[in-house]
Amino acid sequence: MPAPIRLRELIRTIRTARTQAEEREMIQKECAAIRSSFREEDNTYRCRNVAKLLYMHMLGYPAHFGQLECLKLIASQKFTDKRIGYLGAMLLLDERQDVHLLMTNCIKNDLNHSTQFVQGLALCTLGCMGSSEMCRDLAGEVEKLLKTSNSYLRKKAALCAVHVIRKVPELMEMFLPATKNLLNEKNHGVLHTSVVLLTEMCERSPDMLAHFRKLVPQLVRILKNLIMSGYSPEHDVSGISDPFLQVRILRLLRILGRNDDDSSEAMNDILAQVATNTETSKNVGNAILYETVLTIMDIKSESGLRVLAINILGRFLLNNDKNIRYVALTSLLKTVQTDHNAVQRHRSTIVDCLKDLDVSIKRRAMELSFALVNGNNIRGMMKELLYFLDSCEPEFKADCASGIFLAAEKYAPSKRWHIDTIMRVLTTAGSYVRDDAVPNLIQLITNSVEIHAYTVQRLYKAILGDYSQQPLVQVAAWCIGEYGDLLISGQCEEEEPIQVTEDEVLDILESVLISNMSTSVTRGYALTAIMKLSTRFTCTVNRIKKVVSIYGSSIDVELQQRAVEYNALFKKYDHMRSALLERMPVMEKVTTNGPTEIVQTNGETEPAPLETKPPPSGPQPTSQANDLLDLLGGNDMTPVIPTAPTSKPASAGGELLDLLGDISLTGMFPVGAPAAAPAPASVPQISQPPFLLDGLSSQPLFNDITSGIPSITAYSKNGLKIEFTFERSNTNPSVTVITIQASNSTELDMTDFVFQAAVPKTFQLQLLSPSSSIVPAFNTGTITQVIKVLNPQKQQLRMRIKLTYNHKGSAMQDLAEVNNFPPQSWQ
Amino acid sequence: MQFMLLFSRQGKLRLQKWYVPLSDKEKKKITRELVQTVLARKPKMCSFLEWRDLKIVYKRYASLYFCCAIEDQDNELITLEIIHRYVELLDKYFGSVCELDIIFNFEKAYFILDEFLLGGEVQETSKKNVLKAIEQADLLQEDAK
Repeated sequence: MPAPIRLRELIRTIRTARTQAEEREMIQKECAAIRSSFREEDNTYRCRNVAKLLYMHMLGYPAHFGQLECLKLIASQKFTDKRIGYLGAMLLLDERQDVHLLMTNCIKNDLNHSTQFVQGLALCTLGCMGSSEMCRDLAGEVEKLLKTSNSYLRKKAALCAVHVIRKVPELMEMFLPATKNLLNEKNHGVLHTSVVLLTEMCERSPDMLAHFRKLVPQLVRILKNLIMSGYSPEHDVSGISDPFLQVRILRLLRILGRNDDDSSEAMNDILAQVATNTETSKNVGNAILYETVLTIMDIKSESGLRVLAINILGRFLLNNDKNIRYVALTSLLKTVQTDHNAVQRHRSTIVDCLKDLDVSIKRRAMELSFALVNGNNIRGMMKELLYFLDSCEPEFKADCASGIFLAAEKYAPSKRWHIDTIMRVLTTAGSYVRDDAVPNLIQLITNSVEIHAYTVQRLYKAILGDYSQQPLVQVAAWCIGEYGDLLISGQCEEEEPIQVTEDEVLDILESVLISNMSTSVTRGYALTAIMKLSTRFTCTVNRIKKVVSIYGSSIDVELQQRAVEYNALFKKYDHMRSALLERMPVMEKVTTNGPTEIVQTNGETEPAPLETKPPPSGPQPTSQANDLLDLLGGNDMTPVIPTAPTSKPASAGGELLDLLGDISLTGMFPVGAPAAAPAPASVPQISQPPFLLDGLSSQPLFNDITSGIPSITAYSKNGLKIEFTFERSNTNPSVTVITIQASNSTELDMTDFVFQAAVPKTFQLQLLSPSSSIVPAFNTGTITQVIKVLNPQKQQLRMRIKLTYNHKGSAMQDLAEVNNFPPQSWQ
Repeated sequence: MQFMLLFSRQGKLRLQKWYVPLSDKEKKKITRELVQTVLARKPKMCSFLEWRDLKIVYKRYASLYFCCAIEDQDNELITLEIIHRYVELLDKYFGSVCELDIIFNFEKAYFILDEFLLGGEVQETSKKNVLKAIEQADLLQEDAK
């Protein structure tokens, strides 16, 4: 058999292939040759063949038949063989295959080899892809080498130890003795790897952390020498001495100084020195400054140092290098909560970054801008943010719109400004707003009584030109339905009133109904709006009747049901029509900054708080309300849904008024058929405003006999925290009411949040609607939800919860058991 | 560091070093997606991007992209320096390195990388020492022949 072709020749040949098919053919031919050569157990050319195989593997072709050959090469005595063998092992083998364990013995032998380069190969391979089993077997050898005086091996052993610890954390203890003198080394390689090893140990074990705190002075000294020492050609990078080592030391100092006053104090000076003396003209200097800033912000540094750090970040923001701007924005985002005022000073620079070309920079600038909005700068900031919303990429629009809504709600200087802002968002990014924007906006509008005319006029004008953006059209349709009379009356104080006829209004609503762009939900809004106008318009009632009757035979079941019911209103229940279609009452709104405190009553009925809190009200499906009362079991309870405070028509019977009360609070869709009709299925069951739950808890329905039951943290992972607070019913001792609060400490909102719970068979569970489906970032708000647990057998309460949400663009899901219920919650 | 990839402007892989255990299939998928993402970046954009739950640091040298995936607590700017140091090492070793050198001598590129990084961390901060070690190992290889 002729000698197998050389590696370089193979590469050259393959590169001449002009098509993928040609290449595949060559590869297959060569693979066949290699296979037969392997079968012949040819020692001389094994190395060459495996090297070729590795090349073909990189091109994407299968090479698993070479795995055992790699092992044979490793076992060989020739250095060339070992070199390729270990490389092949690192590329072809992985710990999921049992084959890799065969390496263990070879590596063990090679770790004790007489040639340091062979030992180096073994350490490198083990440190790169050693599995847990291998690490367990060989940790002892690594530990031995960690104590050697050969710096070439010592540095490799240190990093190998890092890998071992990452794979098998329990083995960390055995490396402790060897770390004793690591920092006394002069060799930078050993120093660097030692610092990495110490960092790994401190991050994983609080005991180690405490133990190694005493190294702070030594680390400070080493760092000082690096900065003060003259030019050292061996480690110099653009005038800075060993930046890699400096950065790692700064990182270790960060971990050691965190939450520790003494250590933090010991490193204050050196941090200030590095911060002021490091050359910033090149990336390498900025890399060190960046690490320094991170350290300063994380330890207990004095305020002067912190301001220095933020100013460095501010300077970074002005740097031409966009990489530097990027890290500055990232760091500022981390510090904006704790050092808010300092970051505010750089607001204008941050806002300028909104116009950057780079997507990542824009996103960070946007997040930071939202974090910096406050009552003083709201007008200016909103201008910039709206402009940004106009021009940004689609992937930002949803987050930006949500952020704008939140900011507007918190800091709106006036109602008109608020409505204008929301309208601007709806017109520019209407298709990207989240579902809860529509009911929130409608609520806002109903509460802004004085500008109803202005609002409806603006909305009308907005959809006149373009009715493709569903949220905008929905809000507009609702408003036109409600305030159509104001629209045609031509009265508007805030701006030039427009002249609109009843027919024109109906024209636009009908266009919405017919349009292909309108979703079923939007059509529902439009139809209902048309119906409501039958009591507000005078000349066009017949037209409305006609429209309604046409849709009685619509294919869309939802529309059909409505039309049929509205038709019935016209025909059989005409006397009720005006009462049913009355103007909506003003809804009291609690800010969506999370619900107000879930009160834990402590044994006394408290009528006083009930009066001072705003009367809780809000949409609640009637069926759930009924269940609520049932579960409470007590007929002496005041009904949970309070009647709305504004005027009601005195027409119709008493029960109709009650129904009306329920209906108007159900929200947008007054149901034509009386009594038992359940809320229409299409009521967007989107985020329930929190106040009903507030109402539930602030009313003295539950009297806790014992003093307050301690609340628990039921779940805390990945920045999501869920707390349970408890109340027991005085009248029904088997009922425990749990109020959950979900908060999010990460930098991005968690959306589409769904909380589910299950309890053992002897329990009964009722889960009420949550306050919303978004857990806002940075703990700026919470989702509240009430769970009622019926525990007639007084068994120990246990619960399994399932959480699903979207975070950072990916769907997250987690299951957890809650077992730490305090005994007072179920006994 | 979790992995480092070197690829050409046409998306051909020239070197792949993985420091986390993944199946061949997963590696291929990640490589494909990441290469696509990086190649789609415009020249004016910054060298960092978020991808899945990793930070990606990349830099282009002539016709080759050097792309590293680092973890949350790693320093992006120093990673750029790490990439630069590796390029310098290759340059010194091959004498004015170009893509072809890495194609035809990929195993040497790996050897140099393995003297510079180990387990995803820098093992030697002195350029001189890395090159000396490689030189000596090469000699050993010659002697063994």
